[in-house]
Order: sequence, then structure tokens, then C-alpha cells
Amino acid sequence: MSELEVNWIACKAHGMCAELLPERITLDDWGYPIIDERPVPPELEGHARRAVEACPTFALALKRAHARR
Amino acid sequence: MSFSTNPTTLPRLLAGMSAAGPVPLADHLEIHGPLPPRRRGRGDAALALVNELERSGLRGRGGAAFPTATKVTAVAASRGRPIVVVNACEGEPASVKDRLLLERVPHLVIDGALVAARALGATEVLLAVDESATNAVHATDWALGERPEPAQGGPPLRLATVPSGYVTGQETAVVNFLDGGPAKPIYMPAPIYERGVKGRPTLVSNVETFAHLALIARHGGAWFRALGAPGTPGSTLVSVSGAVAHPGVFEIETGTHIASLIQAAGGATEGLRAFLLGGYAGIWVSADLGYQLPLSPEGLYEVGASLGSGVVFALPSSACAVSEVALMARWLSDQSAGQCGPCVHGLDAIATALEQVRAGGAGEDALARIYRWAALAPGRGACAHPDGAARFVMSATRVFGDELADHARHGPCDGCLERHLLPAPLATARRAA
Repeated sequence: MSELEVNWIACKAHGMCAELLPERITLDDWGYPIIDERPVPPELEGHARRAVEACPTFALALKRAHARR
Repeated sequence: MSFSTNPTTLPRLLAGMSAAGPVPLADHLEIHGPLPPRRRGRGDAALALVNELERSGLRGRGGAAFPTATKVTAVAASRGRPIVVVNACEGEPASVKDRLLLERVPHLVIDGALVAARALGATEVLLAVDESATNAVHATDWALGERPEPAQGGPPLRLATVPSGYVTGQETAVVNFLDGGPAKPIYMPAPIYERGVKGRPTLVSNVETFAHLALIARHGGAWFRALGAPGTPGSTLVSVSGAVAHPGVFEIETGTHIASLIQAAGGATEGLRAFLLGGYAGIWVSADLGYQLPLSPEGLYEVGASLGSGVVFALPSSACAVSEVALMARWLSDQSAGQCGPCVHGLDAIATALEQVRAGGAGEDALARIYRWAALAPGRGACAHPDGAARFVMSATRVFGDELADHARHGPCDGCLERHLLPAPLATARRAA
């Protein structure tokens, strides 16, 4: 299982992530992502990785769950 | 002016404090006695300190109430020679306790930092002080000049003045500034206890936490926890402001009821409507409930509040809560470092909506929008600023629901804009008790 992490300083609200992973990411009134905190299950990992790669500002990361405190 | 080693006597931190200026090193040693001698091995020393801290139950006094033993353990377990940072940024407008400690008893704070530095084998101690706290800066500088330790092979002790601002006290902002960057929070992939200043394991703690550490090193953990609430023992400093006869800093044992604290501050000068607990990032509770609450993390947790940085502000019934809340929300929005979208847009939207509510004609859905935006803010920034602002706004909507609805419908009240009671942000320090 993996989890999504946003670098909020880098994020510029391009919104690609919400297009590619609507199962876990929606957008707020200004286009910034709202991340569903549930871990990303294996069947969604491919989509999650594409969302990470599509971010123009490299603001989204996929990390192994519980890697951080 | 000698310090009592009786564990149940207060004051502890403020013992021997004089309005004339900082307590000189000679007097300080007379009051508290010398620091215990340094232990030999680094591993032994760190373990001994952690054991004593665990026994004491000391939790950080900067706002998060994190167990100090756990933090020191994490720094000690990380690879590399650590750096110790005393966080004296105190951007919280209603808090003056940290600058008071540095102004009056700087050696106690320096002692605590040295104890940690010795135990961790740290190469450097940095004291990061808000540049607008000029008395604290001068007293710290003066006290550092009195210390013999650096010439005796101890780690160098350095003073760094940090630009004023609400978010500059956030740990990552302090680290970023000490590394030569702007005093703004940054995204850090590794925790600060692993890679902080200069990429080294870094112990960043609040001024008051180090002052307690200095006394625990002398008297032990059992002595420390002989006072206060069992979950978060010891004494703690509280900045009291608002409608009380004698605003200032008070040293109380944790678990003291707010009613006793207000009494110690000379009592309320008029009927009170509510208390703001913890600071601008804290929460509002109604006066009726507040008077009965114990000032301990555990006691306040029951009502969703926290001790934060030790702020208790008393809002009188004659003031307009909506005006005060709208002004604070705007100030919190202005204090955003401007780096993270959800904070920049969300806090501004909340403040604007509150201003519209105060002016009247905001529409029935304004409060629902404020609530929705506040619910979305936490966890969506590089620092905890949006979390704190949201907590404050959410509690205001709960406690001042009637006043907010009344303003939204009927517009400004008589009390609106008549006076602003909350401490003028970043104004000069108020007098101490």
C-alpha cells in the first residue's frame, strides 16, 4: 500500500492529478487538490504513478505507507 | 533570593526574577546551584538525560506539547553530530512568556540548551530570537558573554536574530533561516531530528522547555513531576490578557483551573463572554465553560482545546465577538507566508466572508461557506498555519454562532468596531506579573 503526499509550496493547481486519479483526488474552489487520506491500494497504483508523473511542478509524490511519522 | 528545592513551591522558572534586568550568572548560580558535571561518554549521557526526561514527563511548551524525551531520543538516534536550537521566535501575538524568560532569566534557558548539547554531543547551540523582542535579544547577548563554557571546550553558543512574523517560529522556517534562507516554512522531506540545520540532526525546542530542562538536570524528574497534572506535570508559564485587572505572565502548576488563574490576574474587570485558549491558533470556549477548565493538555483536550503556547485571553461581554474574530481572521490570513495555495486562498476567503458577515448582508450561506473552507484547511500546507487558523475559526463558529447569525441577518451591532481588545499583533511586550 502507498500513500500520496503533496508538496504544497510546489503545487500550482494545474489539476492534472485530479484528472488522472479521481478515486483519491478532488479539487477545492481554487483548483488545489484535496487528497483522500486512505492508502492507495495496489489496483490504483498505476493510476497514482501516472498522476505523480503528470504533475508539471513535481508536487505530488507516492510514498510507501507509514514511511513517515 | 534563593531558590527553594521544595518541589511543591512556586515559582520555579521565575525564581529570583527582577524587574531591574537579567539575573547575572553569579546570582543565577546562587539561586539555582551549579549545573551537574558533564558525563563521560556521549551515549551514556544521552541515555541518562532521556531517562530523567522520561521520569519528569516534560512536554514541549511551544504549542505541540510533544514529549521532550521522545524528541531527544530521536535526535540522539540519528546519524551525525547534532545541533541544538532554542526557538525564541514567539510570533504568537498574545504570548510574551518566552521573551520574558530571556529578558529576565536568560541563564536558565542557556543552561537547558547546554545540558541538551552536552548529552547529545552537539557541536553548536543556536538561540533563534525574534528581532523585535529587543530586550530579549540584548539580555541573551549579554548573558552569552558571561558564560565560561565555550572557552572551556563546550560547544559555541550563538545568537541569531530572526525576522518577526507569525509563521517564522514554525520549526522548518527556523531551520531554513539558520541555513541562510528566508524565515519561511519549507517542505522538508526528512524530519528535522534527522536532517535539520546544515543537514544535521537538530533538536529544536521552545525557550520555556529548555528552562525546565535546566531544572530537571539539577533536581531530577521526580522533583519536576511533584507539581501539576499527572499527564503533563510540572509548572508552566501562561500569558494572560484581555479583560483582567493585571495582565501578564504567570507561572502556574499544570491543571490549575482557569478561575484560579483569572483570580491570580486580579480578577475579571467586567463580565466575560469567552476565553481564547492557546493563542491565535487556539480555540474559543464560552466563559461559563472556561472558568471550570483545568489548564492541562488532558483537561483541555476534553473540550477540543489545548494549552498551545500558554495563552489565555479573556473576552468581555461588552465587546463584539464577531468584530474581534473577523479582525483576527484577517490578520491570520495576512500572516500567511504566501507559499501554499490552500492557505493563501482559503484563509483570505474565510476572512473576507467573516468581514461580510460582520457588515451584514452576507447571505444565509456565508456561515456554511466559512465552515466548509475551515474544514478543508488542515493538513494542506507546508506548515501548521492553516491548521491553526482553521481551528480558531471553527471554534468561533461554535461559540459565537448566535452573534454571527445575528450579524449576518441584521448587520453591525453597537459593539462593532468600537474597540479591538485582542492584543495588537507583534506590538511591544506587555508588562509581566
